[in-house]
Amino acid sequence: MPKQQANWSPYDNNGGTCVAIAGADYCVIAADTRMSTGYSILTRDYSKIIQLADKSVMASSGFQADVRALQKVLAARHLLYQHQHNKQMSCPAMAQLLSNTLYFKRFFPYYSFNVLGGLDSEGKCKGKGCVFTYDAVGSYERVGYSAQGSGATLITPFLDNQLKSPSPLLLPAKDAVTPLSEIEAIDLVKTCFASATERDIYTGDKVEMLVLNASGIRQEFMELRKD
Amino acid sequence: MTRFEESAPVKGGFSFDLCKRNEMLVQKGLKPSSYLKTGTTIVGLVFRDGVILGADTRATEGPIVADKNCEKIHYMAPNIYCCGAGTAADTEAVTDMVSSQLKLHRFHTGRDSRVVTALTLLKSHLFSYQGHVSAALVLGGVDVTGPHLHTIYPHGSTDTLPFATMGSGSLAAMAIFESKYREGLTRDEGVKLVAEAISSGIFNDLGSGSNVDVCVITKGNREYLRNYMLPNLRTYVSEKGYSFSKKTEVLMTKITPLRELVEVNEGGDAMEE
Repeated sequence: MPKQQANWSPYDNNGGTCVAIAGADYCVIAADTRMSTGYSILTRDYSKIIQLADKSVMASSGFQADVRALQKVLAARHLLYQHQHNKQMSCPAMAQLLSNTLYFKRFFPYYSFNVLGGLDSEGKCKGKGCVFTYDAVGSYERVGYSAQGSGATLITPFLDNQLKSPSPLLLPAKDAVTPLSEIEAIDLVKTCFASATERDIYTGDKVEMLVLNASGIRQEFMELRKD
Repeated sequence: MTRFEESAPVKGGFSFDLCKRNEMLVQKGLKPSSYLKTGTTIVGLVFRDGVILGADTRATEGPIVADKNCEKIHYMAPNIYCCGAGTAADTEAVTDMVSSQLKLHRFHTGRDSRVVTALTLLKSHLFSYQGHVSAALVLGGVDVTGPHLHTIYPHGSTDTLPFATMGSGSLAAMAIFESKYREGLTRDEGVKLVAEAISSGIFNDLGSGSNVDVCVITKGNREYLRNYMLPNLRTYVSEKGYSFSKKTEVLMTKITPLRELVEVNEGGDAMEE
């Protein structure tokens, strides 16, 4: 009998888009609230964002069952850290933990496309925004901004145009936090989602935005197209 | 003695000679090119004085919206219109083709076209292509014999119905029709019901979206209500706007003069040899 291909997949894609932008003293993380499967909508009101520590927030798109499982693992590990070290995990520490957790399942990955955002709390970078971007198996990099999910291919070129230095050959690559103000960054994020919603069928309904700065965390919602 | 096997030249239709080659290429990892599907909601219903057709206006290419406001209600004859779902090129081509054939037939017979004529022309074309022409149609019109509404499937089968839905959003739309349809609806009730069914497809099916198009056909008259409803306007427009002043950066400029390879003889007896 010739080798049979599996016709059952353990994965499903629930769609959605996540974006994060780091500023000089703030960080914006946003994700749409639509959860879908195939051509149907499961719910219009699903949060893809979770606060892992007081200065670390993660947004994940992809297969939400795997995302939930990943969130639980990270929350449990953070609690252990707090018991052992008597302090909250810093954002760079959480970034490393997330990477290790994802690689741990290298051969049966979490189908989860993550962006981690927060405020740096060590040394002279204290209070600076930081964004880390991941692939499904834990490869990560600290960046100034990132988009993941079904609308990422639509949003990233726009952010590159607005936020990136023209060429990495002209300007040496350094801490690429954007010089934009918090208000301007939020305006940019809203435009990104409104535009992605026009052209991506999996993005829409509402966008949930979390802003971290020195005074704490603020949550904002904006309506998007529901078709 | 060798035996020759001559295959007769194929007249028209599809040639399936390359199928084996294509299969081999796919096995080697070649991704077949995608085509534009309309992923659609189209509906039709019969009311007191005629038929009403409805359609959404989104055309998709996989997960991306290729056209936010395309026209899915196609003209067939002054008294016959056809909604199309499936591959956009197929629905366009097949409705244009049958529309031309109907016009010639009108000249030939001196009579208005009948819906069953359009139906027979469409179904026989689709059947002969064995489902490869991916067009799922809702055909409606009013002729001398009265109002008619038909559905036509890609393989060539047809149904005659009082109300019909097709496309990826057909279940969402049919749920509305099955709950609220009754015989002898007035024009306003009919248009309202069609708009409601299309809206159901637009909001509940990801393959359908944007606006509602409606077409009302009665004896001797038709109203094509393009963008009858626009329930999906852009939710956010930045007040300050965006400028895109960053051009492609010039990293290096180098001018290389071209060397002349041909020597031109000014004057002389070049031609007189």
